[in-house]
Amino acid sequence: MSVSFRNVNDCLVVEIEGEIDHHFVDEVKKSIDTRLMSNDVRNVVFDLKKVDFMDSAGIGMIIGRYKQTVKRGGVTSVACLSDNLKRIMMISGLYRIIKIYNSVEEAAKVL
Amino acid sequence: MDYDNEMTLSFRAVSANESFARVSVAAFALQLDPAVSEITEIKTAVSEAVTNSIIHAYDNSSGIVHIWCGCLQNRLYIEITDNGKGIENVNEAMEPLYTSKPEQERSGLGFTIMESFMDKMEVYSEVGKGTKVVMEKNIGQCVSNG
Ligand SMILES: Nc1ncnc2c1ncn2[C@@H]1O[C@H](COP(=O)(O)OP(=O)(O)OP(=O)(O)O)[C@@H](O)[C@H]1O
Ligand SMILES: [Mg+2]
Repeated sequence: MSVSFRNVNDCLVVEIEGEIDHHFVDEVKKSIDTRLMSNDVRNVVFDLKKVDFMDSAGIGMIIGRYKQTVKRGGVTSVACLSDNLKRIMMISGLYRIIKIYNSVEEAAKVL
Repeated sequence: MDYDNEMTLSFRAVSANESFARVSVAAFALQLDPAVSEITEIKTAVSEAVTNSIIHAYDNSSGIVHIWCGCLQNRLYIEITDNGKGIENVNEAMEPLYTSKPEQERSGLGFTIMESFMDKMEVYSEVGKGTKVVMEKNIGQCVSNG
């Protein structure tokens, strides 16, 4: 399980590898928020191409970052979802507020 | 009931055990020859129930979570039990988007996800005693209907 960060345009790209559950989310939320504050970026893009499992804790993490970015005049989106993750986004209704992109570049271009 | 096979698992209610729990149940389910998507559904449902025991039942203090699994023909049976604080109003708790912990970025989707990924899901709970989540799923059904 690992997380890496990079900046593209006005976006903090959060690339996650592994399984997103409550255990993982508790550790990673703070480090995303710290970077969001200190790097002076307004938007977050989750790059999830290396994520093969996500439960409701992941939904909570994404909605939470969405709220943080909206406060700063930005937005949170997700890129590169597996079919599994797409299903979770559908069941939860998350797709109605969070945009899904096929690539990070596409997500960053829109912003 | 006379099951073809059964297993039980008890572990400390700490978040590090969430992946251990779902992987263990998925491994047990392998004998039913599930499709990859079915394995994911089982893992997700187990993860939701176990996480609820850790976060809500024991409020992140010490406790034990128990899992029992059985299989009979192509049906998988799962029971996840805690001896935590229990749920006052189960119907309300099971409503989509209901959460008692919005401040922790919970979204109230755990039960909704369990219900949609399993064929049957029931919750038995008593305040001060604990909660049991019973789930069942037919395995190998997705071949015919895509
Ligand atoms: N094992 C349990 N013991 C005590 N209360 C529980 C238990 N499981 C669920 N609950 C209660 O039911 C509510 C709904 O659970 P559900 O899993 O649907 O949502 P959540 O855990 O709050 O959020 P999410 O699962 O989306 O992170 C919880 O907020 C909690 O109040
Ligand atoms: Mg839950």
